[in-house]
Amino acid sequence: MITNFFEGIGAYALLMTKVFRRPDRWKLFYRALVKEIQLLGLDSIGIVVILSVFMGGVVTIQTAFQLSDDPLIPTYYIAMATRESITLEFSPTVVSLILAGKVGSNVASSLGTMRVSEQIDALEVMGVNSASFLILPKIVAQLIFNPILIIMSLFLGLWGGAMAGDLLGLVPFEESVMGYRLEFIPFENAFYALIKTIVFAFIIGSVSAYSGYTVKGGAVEVGVASTNAVVRSCLAIILANYLLTDLILTS
Amino acid sequence: MIQAKGIVKSFGENHVLKGVDVDFYPGKTNLIIGRSGSGKTVFLKTILGLFEPDSGSIHYGDEVLGEMSKQRRKTLRQEIGMVFQGGALFDSMSVAENIRFPLEMFSSMTEHEKDARVKFVMDRVRLEGADELFPSEISGGMQKRVSIARAISMNPNYLFCDEPNSGLDPETAIVIDQLIQEITHEFGMTTIVNTHDMNSVLEIGDHVVFMKEGHKVWEGTNDQVLGSTNADVEDYVFKSKLFKQVRTALRK
Repeated sequence: MITNFFEGIGAYALLMTKVFRRPDRWKLFYRALVKEIQLLGLDSIGIVVILSVFMGGVVTIQTAFQLSDDPLIPTYYIAMATRESITLEFSPTVVSLILAGKVGSNVASSLGTMRVSEQIDALEVMGVNSASFLILPKIVAQLIFNPILIIMSLFLGLWGGAMAGDLLGLVPFEESVMGYRLEFIPFENAFYALIKTIVFAFIIGSVSAYSGYTVKGGAVEVGVASTNAVVRSCLAIILANYLLTDLILTS
Repeated sequence: MIQAKGIVKSFGENHVLKGVDVDFYPGKTNLIIGRSGSGKTVFLKTILGLFEPDSGSIHYGDEVLGEMSKQRRKTLRQEIGMVFQGGALFDSMSVAENIRFPLEMFSSMTEHEKDARVKFVMDRVRLEGADELFPSEISGGMQKRVSIARAISMNPNYLFCDEPNSGLDPETAIVIDQLIQEITHEFGMTTIVNTHDMNSVLEIGDHVVFMKEGHKVWEGTNDQVLGSTNADVEDYVFKSKLFKQVRTALRK
């Protein structure tokens, strides 16, 4: 099992060296990139919107539940704590985990299907670097679009939190806004969230592409690869999250 | 001309090719036949360079495949057209886009020239009016024709077909076979077809190579197959009831 793990890491690294090559035709690369942004990015907006709004609401309710018993704590502190939770952890990590499920399975199953139906062999026979041609646009699309999704998620999470607080009478909307602005260090918080997002976007794109691209067999194996893509991406995100948190927040 | 000299290929303990020597001639449809598991597909993929042989060499004209530079290998691939068993058409592209893909990727043609080339090959394989359809919207026979059109769009010197008529009805299979042979003769390509369909052998086999358990055991023309005295070939060819009757009729 340990041997398999290290063999997998080696195969992944070798695949990445094939992926990060200059595209044979830039025109085809840009065309594929636009398609991938549509498929992996724009089509994910809906789930990110719903997730972020409700996640913000839940974080506000949970925080209020913990802090509202103490009359010495001003209610805008609930909003401040919500902001910290959403910007530092919930939006970059939870949304990335959800995207690992949605986008990762899509990437793995589409590449896996191309592999078992010999479409990748067809590209190789033509002399096309299939790894670069198929995977590079997917990774670049996510590196471009995931930060946009996460920034959107940050705003929507905070808005959802303020709305939930106001509707349930936990924190008035104005106080939420005050709490969100209190001691906010835009560069530090946003920088941290974006660094995490970019690393997670690379993990989702590359790990799921590796799972799909290396499929051997038929339809059943494509299904297994799709599941593996999600599991591996999630594990890698959780591990990277721990390392980045330790590296950025404690340094 | 393509020459395979002493090709040996194993996967672990599984010895698939055990020293195969074959010459494939230009302007002819060269057929590799044999039972499932005889090593046909591995042999074809080794000739294509998708597998490296453990020993032996593949010669494309005067050049040895294993000694070619990376760049030369890449340009050689542009001289090769391949028709896969399942078609291997790109699902996300229309018929015309599939055929146009190699031109977009490798040619320096103008858009107008590409349009003209796509139209020419589509007409050549009788696919008029199918430009905008997607692979999932067309029949198996049409998919094979699109695959052939894509394979010849770059006007290749070499055409490889892996069981091109598997899964097709007999009538469509004959149409595909005839199309491959017409194109081969018309453009003077070296065509290698991997098949186990006896109808194809008799229909288009200008040069037939019979493989068994990783060895070439017989070669000849389609006319010679039915009269072959090689026990393995005889056993393979006259397995079906139809061909047993053909043999009886021939002997009368």
